[in-house]
Amino acid sequence: MKKSLTRRNMLKTSTAAIGAVAGAGLLKGFPAIHAADAPVIRYLGTAVNMGDAVQKRLFDDTGIKVKFIVKTTDEVVKTIFTQPNSFDIVDSEYFSMPKLVPSGNLLGMDTKRIKEWDNVTSAFTKGEVAGKKIGDQGTAPKKVMYLKGAKSKEFASEPTQYVTLIPTVYNADTLGIRPDLIKRPINTWAELLNPEFKGKASILNIPSIGIMDAAMVVEAMGEYKYPDKGNMTKEEIDLTMKIFTEAKKAGQFRAFWSDFNESVNLMASGEVVIQSMWSPAITAVRTKGIPCVYQPLKEGYRAWAAGFGLPSTTKGRQADICYEFINWYLSGWVGAYLNRQGYYSAVIPTAKKYMKAYEWDYWMMGKPATADIMSPEGKKLASKGEVRDGGSYEARMGGVACWNATMDENKYMVRKWNEMIAS
Amino acid sequence: MMKFLKLKPTVGLLSIPYSLIFIFFFFIPLTLTFIISFWDYNEYSIIPDFIFENYSYIFKDCFNFEKDMCVTFKTYLSTFIFCFVTWFFTLIIGFFVAYFLAFYVNSITWQIVLFLLCTIPFWTSNVIRMISWIPLLGRNGLVNDFLLSTGLADAPQEWLLYSGFSIVLAFVHLYTLFMIVPIFNSMMRIDKSIIEAAYDNGANGFQILWNIIIPLCKPGIVIGSIFVITVVMGDFITIGIMGGQQIPSIGKIIYVEMSYLQLPAAAANAVILLALTLLIIWIMTKMIDIRKEL
Repeated sequence: MKKSLTRRNMLKTSTAAIGAVAGAGLLKGFPAIHAADAPVIRYLGTAVNMGDAVQKRLFDDTGIKVKFIVKTTDEVVKTIFTQPNSFDIVDSEYFSMPKLVPSGNLLGMDTKRIKEWDNVTSAFTKGEVAGKKIGDQGTAPKKVMYLKGAKSKEFASEPTQYVTLIPTVYNADTLGIRPDLIKRPINTWAELLNPEFKGKASILNIPSIGIMDAAMVVEAMGEYKYPDKGNMTKEEIDLTMKIFTEAKKAGQFRAFWSDFNESVNLMASGEVVIQSMWSPAITAVRTKGIPCVYQPLKEGYRAWAAGFGLPSTTKGRQADICYEFINWYLSGWVGAYLNRQGYYSAVIPTAKKYMKAYEWDYWMMGKPATADIMSPEGKKLASKGEVRDGGSYEARMGGVACWNATMDENKYMVRKWNEMIAS
Repeated sequence: MMKFLKLKPTVGLLSIPYSLIFIFFFFIPLTLTFIISFWDYNEYSIIPDFIFENYSYIFKDCFNFEKDMCVTFKTYLSTFIFCFVTWFFTLIIGFFVAYFLAFYVNSITWQIVLFLLCTIPFWTSNVIRMISWIPLLGRNGLVNDFLLSTGLADAPQEWLLYSGFSIVLAFVHLYTLFMIVPIFNSMMRIDKSIIEAAYDNGANGFQILWNIIIPLCKPGIVIGSIFVITVVMGDFITIGIMGGQQIPSIGKIIYVEMSYLQLPAAAANAVILLALTLLIIWIMTKMIDIRKEL
C-alpha cells in the first residue's frame, strides 16, 4: 500500500513539473473505456455550453456516457500538455492550436470518419460566409485546420484528410451594454474608453482574449491600424498596452473580470455599463429580467471557434467510440441545443432539422420572434416581436473582423499585460 | 542531528510518517520549483537549462531609479502595504477580542460559546464571504443607498468597492480569527495570581496590560502575525475579487504565468516570494523565541 502511494505521489509531482517536457509517453494512460459495459468518455473542456440534457440524450441515442472534466480555457491547454492521457476527448479552441500541435499530443482527426464533414460550415473550412470572405486576422480556424498527416506536427495550407479539431461550436463576440443606463446608441468599440463611462467600463483579464478586444478599441479610436491584430509586433503590443494603461490610471475601469460569473455580476449590479462579454453571460443577465444588449459594432466582431480533438495515443475501440460520439454530436440535436443558446453549430443543416421554424427564424435568420423564445432550460430569453442582437447568421458571422489568437510574441504580450494590471 | 541520534529508536520510528509527508509534499516539490526556476521555456514546453533570465527579467529596470518604479517593486510594495495594514487591524481587533474572552468572561461555558461565535464566518467558503461584501459596498449597494438617502453623500461612494479599502476590509474579516486563537491561548496560560500581585502592588489597568499581559502574550502575537502575514503575502483571490482584478499581487502574476505554461518564470517568482516571506518570519522569530515560550 505504502509503496503504491509513494509511487503515485512521485508521479503526480513529477508530472506537474516535467510533464510538459516529457509530453506524451511519460505516463501511459489508464483507458477509461472498458469493452464490457456502457462506454464512458472522459470529456475535457470548459463545458460552458453543456448541460445534463446533453448527457441524457447521448445515452438514450448511443448508450455512451460522458464524464466531464471541467476546466477553464487556459487550464484545458495546460492539461493537454501535462496530462495528455487524463482524458479521452478534448473540447478546445482553435487559437490554442499553434501551441498544441507542435507538442504532438493531439491526434490528426480523420475527416473520412466524420459523416457530416462535407456539411461543416464554410466559415471553418474556407473562411467564408455565404460565399463572402470574412475577417481572418488572428488565429482564424482555416489557418490551423489542416495537418500534413495523421501524426504530423505541421499545418497544411491546402485541405487534407487530417484536421486538428473537428469543429463544433463558434460565435462572434462583441461588447455587452446596459441600454437602460447608457440611454443612447452605441455603435463603435471606441466607446469602451469613452470618458463618459469613466469608472463604469470593464474588460476581461484573460490576456490572449483581452488583447484582441483592446486592439479592436485602439483601431476604432483611430490610434493605429494593425496589419494583423492577431499577430502584433512588440511595438504594437507596447502601443496597445500604453493606451489601456493610461485609461486604467485615469480610472476608466471599474473592475476587470476573469470569470464568466464575475462579468454577469458586474453587469447585473450596474457597477459596469459597458464591457467585454460572452454570449451566455448576456443571456444570464437577461434571464434576471435586466436589460442587456450584445451590441453589434461597426468595426465588426471578434470571433472564436472550438472543436473536438483526441489524444495522440487514441486507437482501436477507443477511437471508434470517440468518433461515434463526434458523429452523434454533429447529427443535429446538439447543434439545435447550441443554436438556442446563441452560439452556432458547425454543421448547420442538421441543426435546422431539430429547431422549430420560428426558432430558426429568430436565431439564424434575424427575423422578429413570432413566439416567446426560450433557452434550452426553458427560461424566457426574448418576447414575441424581438429581434436577435446583431441579426442573422450571415450578418453576424459575415461581420467577423478578427479571431482569438496566439501571437508569435505571446510571451512578451503576457508580460506586458501583467504590467498593465500592476500599473 | 546529534540530538536526533541520541533519541530512543522508537522515537525515530514514530517520526517516519511525518518525515515522509514532509519530504514528499514539501521538500521535493520545493526543490523542483527551485530547479525549474533556472530552466528555459517556450510556448509548450520547459527546457532543462541553467539560465538566470527568469530572475533578471523580474528585476529588469528595477535598479534604474530615473524611471518609474518597476512592476516587481510596485507589486511588492502594494503587497507589503496590504500586509502591514491588515496585520495592524487584525492585531488590534484580535488582541482585544481575546482580552475580553480571557479576562472578562468568567465562565468556561460562555468562553466556549463566544469563541464558537467568532468561528461562524468560517462556516462558509471564503469566496462566498468575500462576494457577500459586494451587494453591501457596491455602487447601488446598501451602504451607498443609506448615504444617499440620509443626504450624507450626494453621489455614490465608489472607493468602497474594488479598492484598497475593500481589500483590507475583506482581509480583516477573513483573518482576524487567526490572531484571536493564538493570543487567547497565550492569555489563558497567564497565571492569574501575577495579575493579582500587580494589582495589590498598586498597578493600574493600563500598567497591568502594558507590563504584564502584552509581554506574556508575545508568543501568541507572533504566531498570529505569522499566520496573517504569510496568508496575505501569497494571496491573489481576495485581492482579485475585492480589488476588481485591477490591483496587482505576486500571487496573481504567478497564477497568470502558470496558466500560460510559463512555469520557470512562475517558479522564479515563487522562489523570491518564498524567500521574502521566510525573511519576514525569521525576523519575527528573532524578536521572540517561540520554541522557548511554548
